[in-house]
Amino acid sequence: MEQETLREPLLEVEHLSKHFKMGGKSILKAVDDVSLTIYKGETLGLVGESGCGKTTFGRTVIQLYRPTSGSIRFDGRELGTLKRKELVSFKKDAQIIFQDPYASLDPRMTIAEIIAEGMKVHFKLSPAETERKIASLLEKVGLGADYANRYAHELSGGQRQRVGIARALAVKPRFIVCDEPISALDVSIQAQVINLLIYLQREFGLTYLFISHDLSMVQYISDRIGVMYLGSLMELTDNQTLYSRPLHPYTQALLSAIPVADPDLGQAQNRIKLEGEIPSPIHQPKGCKFAPRCRFASEKCQAERPVLRELEPGHFVACHFAEQFQTEEA
Amino acid sequence: MEQQEKILEVKNLRVNFNTYAGKIQAVRGVNFSLYKGETLAIVGESGCGKTVTSKALLRLYQPPLVSVAEGSEILYDGQDVLKMNKKQLQAYRGREVGMIFQDPMTSLNPTMKVGDQIAEALRIHNKISKKEAAVLAVEKLRLVDIPNPEKRAECYPHQLSGGMRQRVVIAIALSCSPKIIIADEPTTALDVTIQAQILDLLMEIREKTHTAIILVTHDLGVVANFASRIQVMYAGQIVERGSTRDLFYQPRHPYTRALLDSVPKLSSKTHGELYSLKGTPPDLILELKGCPFAARCQYCMPVCQERMPEEIDLGEGHSVSCWLQHPMAPDVGPLNDGRKAGA
Repeated sequence: MEQETLREPLLEVEHLSKHFKMGGKSILKAVDDVSLTIYKGETLGLVGESGCGKTTFGRTVIQLYRPTSGSIRFDGRELGTLKRKELVSFKKDAQIIFQDPYASLDPRMTIAEIIAEGMKVHFKLSPAETERKIASLLEKVGLGADYANRYAHELSGGQRQRVGIARALAVKPRFIVCDEPISALDVSIQAQVINLLIYLQREFGLTYLFISHDLSMVQYISDRIGVMYLGSLMELTDNQTLYSRPLHPYTQALLSAIPVADPDLGQAQNRIKLEGEIPSPIHQPKGCKFAPRCRFASEKCQAERPVLRELEPGHFVACHFAEQFQTEEA
Repeated sequence: MEQQEKILEVKNLRVNFNTYAGKIQAVRGVNFSLYKGETLAIVGESGCGKTVTSKALLRLYQPPLVSVAEGSEILYDGQDVLKMNKKQLQAYRGREVGMIFQDPMTSLNPTMKVGDQIAEALRIHNKISKKEAAVLAVEKLRLVDIPNPEKRAECYPHQLSGGMRQRVVIAIALSCSPKIIIADEPTTALDVTIQAQILDLLMEIREKTHTAIILVTHDLGVVANFASRIQVMYAGQIVERGSTRDLFYQPRHPYTRALLDSVPKLSSKTHGELYSLKGTPPDLILELKGCPFAARCQYCMPVCQERMPEEIDLGEGHSVSCWLQHPMAPDVGPLNDGRKAGA
C-alpha cells in the first residue's frame, strides 16, 4: 500500500558494469550489465554468494569505484557528469556501512574523531556544535555520549558497528549502502543492529541498499530483493514473492539451501542440491551464467544469455524458461 | 534407535587463559558424554567457550598460556586424555579423533600438495610406503566426492576453491577412520549452497562409518537439520542440553529461548521489531557470582544474582541450569516467545 505512493526513484542504475583488469589479457567482470532502480524510502536487498559482485555493485553505485560502463542516476542526476563539487555533495547524500567493524574504524582515532571526520568536510560547525551533534548521534545509535572519547579497540563488535552507523549518519545522508553490516556479529547482536537500522530508517526516512549473503536477514529487512550470480542480476522482485514464488532456478536452489532453524520444517524442506561450484568470474560461461549448474539447462541456455525481463508487474527474471516455473507454481 | 555406547566422557572440564590482565576462565566446569554414532552440537555465541572446549578434547592448546585446571578429566576408552604421554597422545589424535577446523584457507599447508598432506597423515598412523599412502590419499579424496581425485591430489591448496579445500580437510580428518570427528564451525566460511554440500557429505560419512560427530557452531539452522543432541553454552558453562527437538520446541532456559528468537524465520512478518537480546555476555576474567545470564534475563530473580543454579534433570536427557526450575520459583509457564511478548 505504502509503496504505491512512494514509488519515486532515488537511484536508477542502467547497464552498469565494473570490470577489473587482472593482468595479462584476463578481465574479471565483477559486475556485468546490471540494471535496477531503488525507490525513495525503500530497502532493496541484494543477495548472492561470495564473488557474485554484490559488494562491487554497492561500492560502484556510491562512486567508490569508477564504473566501466553504464549509467547511474541519483535523484535524476547522472553521476558520471557531476563536477568535483557536485560529487562531494553526492558523497554526503550517499554513505556506506562496511562489513568488518574491526577493519573499518581507524584504531588511532577516538570515536568522536571518527564520527566528526565526515561532518568537518560537509558542514561548517563550531566545536561545541560538533560535540553536541556527536553526543546526539551516539544516543541515537544506542551507545551513549560517554563513548565519544573511547577508541575502537575498547568496543565489542556490535558496538563498533553502531559507531560505523553513527559515522554514516553524521553527514545526514539520504541513501546508505549497508554492505554485510551484520555478518561479522553474533546472532543476538545481529538482531540488535537490524532493529537499529529499521528504527533509523523510519526516523530519518532513509533509503537502504542492503547487501548480504544471509537470506533470512535480508528478507527480514528488505522491501524488494535482487539475487545476483556471477556479476549478473538473476531475479528481482518484492520480498514476499521472492520467497514464496521464486522463478529463477538459482533463486530456488539458493532458498532451499538455507538451513531452517526448525527441526520439523527442516525435514519437510525439499532441498534442491546444486552440483558443482560457481565458475570463475574471469572465464564466464557463454550462455546463461547459471547453465553449468542448472537442473533445467538446455541447449538454448548454453548458447544464449537470457536478459532480465519483467515477467509479472515488478517481478524481473533472467531465465529463458521462467514462464514454465510460473505456470507450474500457479 | 541409537546405540547408547559411550565413547567419550568429559568431567568438570575447566580451561583458563593466563593473560597479563589476569586469569580468564574460558570453560567453567563442563560435563558431557558422547555416544557412538551421534551428532552432538555445541551451540553458543563467540566467546562462550565452545571452541576452547572442542580443542581441549584433543589437547590442542598451548601451555602455559592456556591451562586445564586440576580435577578436569577427559575419558576416552577409560583413559584420561589429559594424562596421556606424547606417544599415546599422537595415537589418539588423528587415529581416534579427527578434527575439522573452521577456516579451510588456514588449516592446510600452502606449500604442500593436498595429496601429500593426506598421505602424511596416513603415514604417521600406519606403517605403509609412500606409494601406498599416495594411492590411499586419492581414495580418500574420492570418498569426499572430489571430482577427478587423481588430478586434484597434485594440486596445492590455493588452486582449490573454499568448498574443495574443506573437503580436503575432511579427507585428512577421515584418513585414519577415527571414531570421533570434531567439526569446529565446518561451514561458517562457506557459501550456503556449498555449505549444504559439505553438511550432506558429513552426514553421509556418519551414516556409513558410525563416526560420532561433535559439531561446534553458532548457526541454529545447521544444528536443527543435522544434530541429534544439542548443548547450549553460555559464559563457559553448559546452560541447557537435550535432544534437538526438545531444545527447539521446549527450551527451558531463557538464553536458549532468546537465541531461537533472534533468528528471523523465513515466513515471519517483515519490518516488525526483531527480537533482540539486550546487553552482552559477561567478562570472563571476572569471578562470576550467580547465574552468568542473570544480567540479561527477563525472568531474573534475586536468587539468580547470588547463586549459580544447579543442573536439573527434566528427563530423557533434557536438563537445564536455571533457577526457574526450582520448586520454589514462580511458575512462568512455557517460556515466552520474545516476539509475542514484545520484550
